Amino acid sequence: MRLALIFLIMAATLARADEVSVAAAADLTYCLPAINAAFEKANPGVKVKTTFGSSGNFFAQIKSGAPFDVFLSADIQYPLALEKAGMAGDAQVYAKGRLALWTMNAGLDVSKGLAMLSGTEVKRVAIANPDHAPYGRAAKAALTHEGLWDAVSPKLVYGENIAQTAQFAQTGNADAGLVALSLVMAPSMAGKGHYFEIPADEYPAIDQAAVVTRAGSGKGLAEAYVAYLKSSEARKILEQFGFQLPK
Amino acid sequence: MILPKEFWEALWVTVRLATATTALLAVIGVPIAQWLARGKGRVHLMAEALLTLPIVLPPTVIGFYLLVMFSPQTAVGGMWTRVMGQPLPFSFAGLVVGSVIYSLPFAIQPFRAGLAGVSRELLDVARISGAGRVGTFWHVTLPTAWSGIAAGMVLSFAHTLGEFGVVLMLGGSIPGRTKVVSIALYDEVQKMDYAAANAYSAALLGVAFILILGVTLLQRRRGE
Repeated sequence: MRLALIFLIMAATLARADEVSVAAAADLTYCLPAINAAFEKANPGVKVKTTFGSSGNFFAQIKSGAPFDVFLSADIQYPLALEKAGMAGDAQVYAKGRLALWTMNAGLDVSKGLAMLSGTEVKRVAIANPDHAPYGRAAKAALTHEGLWDAVSPKLVYGENIAQTAQFAQTGNADAGLVALSLVMAPSMAGKGHYFEIPADEYPAIDQAAVVTRAGSGKGLAEAYVAYLKSSEARKILEQFGFQLPK
Repeated sequence: MILPKEFWEALWVTVRLATATTALLAVIGVPIAQWLARGKGRVHLMAEALLTLPIVLPPTVIGFYLLVMFSPQTAVGGMWTRVMGQPLPFSFAGLVVGSVIYSLPFAIQPFRAGLAGVSRELLDVARISGAGRVGTFWHVTLPTAWSGIAAGMVLSFAHTLGEFGVVLMLGGSIPGRTKVVSIALYDEVQKMDYAAANAYSAALLGVAFILILGVTLLQRRRGE
């Protein structure tokens, strides 16, 4: 009996551990751990649990009640749809994602931008799936804007999320990829391959939006985390990773 | 809801993949299963364990290793690219290789069971009657082991229909080439087109059920 009581108290203490669980879009893979470390330092005793994946996947899961407290989507459409379905609070834009052309192949000249993709040395180009991935939509828009869609689309391979897309390019399986700048600018990627930032007017804005989900709505910590994304420390980190900051 | 053109395209890729995989597995699996059925000893034991490994291995592991091993920058990948004209990842051939590994135990186990059931006496009679090795295999062993072999083929076909992890790692979701139904379904969910996702799921479930019904019938008949 006493043993059961001890276990119960232990379990209760563990459950109460100050923890916020975050579902984060894959373009934040390298950037968010830095932000989380800063958040944990500013809030001792707090732990941030992050899961990275595709925004579309998280949307479906959270809509069905997945126990994430915060959702960081690579666009604003998914959070707005969650809000409409009553599964999340107000969507707040905290950064703007940027698209980059990236290749590990030293023989390919990226400084001319997307035009290089129509060359015969480029056999496969990786983009995220334009049907549901925000960076994929941007990639398709940029290629269409430059009149390259018809020439390049037969060469396309589609990543399930932007991180897989980058991985296709990084392993050399795709000759080049249209990926999130935040993945290319990570310190672990420094010096790997060459990249070219696609001009922002060639694709619709990739607004990075954060929401507190219904599961996290009671938690002050979840609100604090979303607010932290707009703090000067977080903004500095976001900028280092190539995100554009809203005023 | 009527199934859209994308579904039929994905189904065609899936069926082609399952057919190619099953055919390849029959050709390489039957001799391997025969060797396993007729032998004992440590080599046979290790081989059987290795060949059964894909059952417990997460399919993403298979896909991952193939992706890394056959990247055009590696020696193996470079060789493959020279022979086949294009790298293994993102190609239909690449999916076949992945599927063969993925479904290997689902073919070899039933093959082995069927072949092990061919009695020694029967084979001796055939030998005494003058049939050569190939003749014995073709006219005696295969017909006797047939329901086991058929079960293995139907199982590997059905198993490949449901493949997801390997294709996700290796495929690149290219419509008409590597986008199979399971991937198409996944994409529909992410696109929030749940009506399409439901239709794809129901269709795949129906096909899978019919196939398993067939296997069950075959296995019952063998028991009689």
